[in-house]
Amino acid sequence: MNKEIIKNGSQIVCESLLKENVEHIFGIPGGAILPLYQVLPEYPDLKHILVRHEQGAAHAADAYARATGKAGVAFATSGPGTTNLVTGIATAQMDSVPLVAITGQVGRPVIGTDAFQETDITGITLPITKHNYLVMETKDIASTIKEAFHIATTGRPGPVLVDIPKDILQEDGIFEYPESINIPGYKPNNSVNLKQIKKATKLIQESSRPVILAGHGIKISNAYDELLSFAEKCQIPVINTLLGLSSFPANHYLYYGWPGMHGMAYSNLILDQADLIIAVGMRFDDRITGNPEKFATSSKKIHIDIDASEVGKIIPVEVPIVANAKNALKELISAAPEKEHTEWLTQIDRIKNNHPTLKLRETDKLIPQYVIKQLHDLTKGQAIIVTGVGQHQMWAAQHYPFNDKNKLITSGGAGAMGYEVPGALGAQVGRPNEMVWSIAGDGGFMMTMSELATIAENRLPIKIAIMNNGFLGMVRQWQELFYEKSYVSTQYNGIPDFVKLAEAFGIKAMRVKDKTQVKGAINDAVTHDGPVLIDFVVESEENVYPMIPSGQTVQDMMEEPSSQEIK
Amino acid sequence: MTIKKHKLETRTVTALVNDKPGVLNRITSMLRRRGFNIQSLAVGHSEIEDLSRLTVIVEGGDDIVEQITKQLHKLIDVIKVTDISDESIVSRELALIKVKSTPETRSEIVQLVSIYRAKIIDVSSKSIIIEATGDYQKIKALQDLLENFGITEVMRTGMIAMNREKN
Repeated sequence: MNKEIIKNGSQIVCESLLKENVEHIFGIPGGAILPLYQVLPEYPDLKHILVRHEQGAAHAADAYARATGKAGVAFATSGPGTTNLVTGIATAQMDSVPLVAITGQVGRPVIGTDAFQETDITGITLPITKHNYLVMETKDIASTIKEAFHIATTGRPGPVLVDIPKDILQEDGIFEYPESINIPGYKPNNSVNLKQIKKATKLIQESSRPVILAGHGIKISNAYDELLSFAEKCQIPVINTLLGLSSFPANHYLYYGWPGMHGMAYSNLILDQADLIIAVGMRFDDRITGNPEKFATSSKKIHIDIDASEVGKIIPVEVPIVANAKNALKELISAAPEKEHTEWLTQIDRIKNNHPTLKLRETDKLIPQYVIKQLHDLTKGQAIIVTGVGQHQMWAAQHYPFNDKNKLITSGGAGAMGYEVPGALGAQVGRPNEMVWSIAGDGGFMMTMSELATIAENRLPIKIAIMNNGFLGMVRQWQELFYEKSYVSTQYNGIPDFVKLAEAFGIKAMRVKDKTQVKGAINDAVTHDGPVLIDFVVESEENVYPMIPSGQTVQDMMEEPSSQEIK
Repeated sequence: MTIKKHKLETRTVTALVNDKPGVLNRITSMLRRRGFNIQSLAVGHSEIEDLSRLTVIVEGGDDIVEQITKQLHKLIDVIKVTDISDESIVSRELALIKVKSTPETRSEIVQLVSIYRAKIIDVSSKSIIIEATGDYQKIKALQDLLENFGITEVMRTGMIAMNREKN
């Protein structure tokens, strides 16, 4: 036996991670995972970033994955360490993000005895992972990690958790990384059914009012160029989902915004008036469809998605194409005819001009939409934007249009407040040479602001813009509109001084209360060589419009505030 | 004891799954969290080593069974899923039924059991345990009849089903 390859379980984990080209790990050590941490110095190519809370590790690894297209890796110890990962794992599951969580478990002899810091994390994460493992033999570590990365990154990506008992991490074994793996129950479909392409082509040929509805699948499968070629060849307007933003240039003449509950009025109206929707890499989320029975009823649907279970789940589909978006679009580009839709494009331009959603209202007050618009202009629309969840997220998506690829990182399906700071951390680690702006809400910021310490420690030049309205703004908006302004538990009485707080972490900070200070502050932040936090004290009761109330239709869209609402 | 009287459309789905700890948990967890109603679920070893076969009787129409099939297929530990509802199949379930008996009713029960080709596997002074095998309808019919004597306990295995070979 070759002595070289005898390693303990912890070393086998690290060797396997190197084989998977892992460069960064976000995590926190603890008792059960300690043996793994103790071998990390032997593997300098695995750079560990010590976060301050495991939720931060999961969100950072998730954002890292979204920013780079590689799997993000998080480490946590058993018990509370792993349960703190749960929100981040659920976020990755909802948004199809390849995340591999490696967690320490109590030793095999005490599993099931309610040992100290024992939690059944495979049981807990069973419904929120693509798959998970409890490794019970040292010899299974390498193959399990290989499977975990394969499952996380292929097909419809998603989180995979690998739980490893402490005694296995300490036990000697033989490191042998499998060349290939065979998982009989997991064969992601990489081919495109050409019969379906033919059917789709026929619908495209017959359509006079087609729309492409492009989602996260474009970014995941790196189908940016294919989307562009397809849209241009067939002259079909493109509408993005929230997670699809920055998959198609916003300054392109075929781009028509994003739809849904807070999407552009014209995008919703165009979808409603289309006679064909070509949905690519998206899943008809309820924030897009409202009432699914009344969603875009005048159109036929072509639905391209890698996950067969998404086809027909919410909306009946005439032509399903179960395939990777890139491969399917390639086939469509070669099969579909060159077309002109002059009349339709004129019609939708008229809709767009009649519904100028993105026009800012004239006011001397400091409104968050204005801040984001300035942020866009002063960063030339080229920053990576990471948001939390709520009003500021919607304003960021509305007023920070993207022309470049993969620039928006946001928690969509899970809607996890607190994503903004650790998300920015992960994005900056993944793309160190680009400027990362975290557009934060004051509520979400306070959920995970401990990661300011991680940002400061690693001198990451992240810029954080808090849209500080003193409220859980989106909830307050619902209370205003649907609960007779009964603001139960949404107003913060006693917001900390975010400037002093950031300074306490060693981060440069500014407060902006006046519209005239906005540009100066943003320019200062842009030119500062290090992290900056700007506390924008914005109008407290500004609402996000347009709005289609939950479960309703485009006919129920509230396009702008009623006159008495404007203060 | 009440037996559900409402009639529901049911479909039969079989699946080949890994015979590993936690696999049944993954399957039932998925069915539960997506709100699928199942009438029965039976699982046991298959003819292939390390693989089990399960039969799920699902309540609902085509849309629902299509979703269940796809969602089952998405589970890594599920190798193959087949909706066999529209095919020619045989299906069987085993039930143990404990029914109250007196010297006066015993012979009537024995008669019923023999009509249904069920078996008596235990007799005491106050009750009889009956073993019945059949499809869902047959067992339900026998159970309905035995109800008149007073059923004290029912244990059912859940339906298992198999395609008939085409001639």
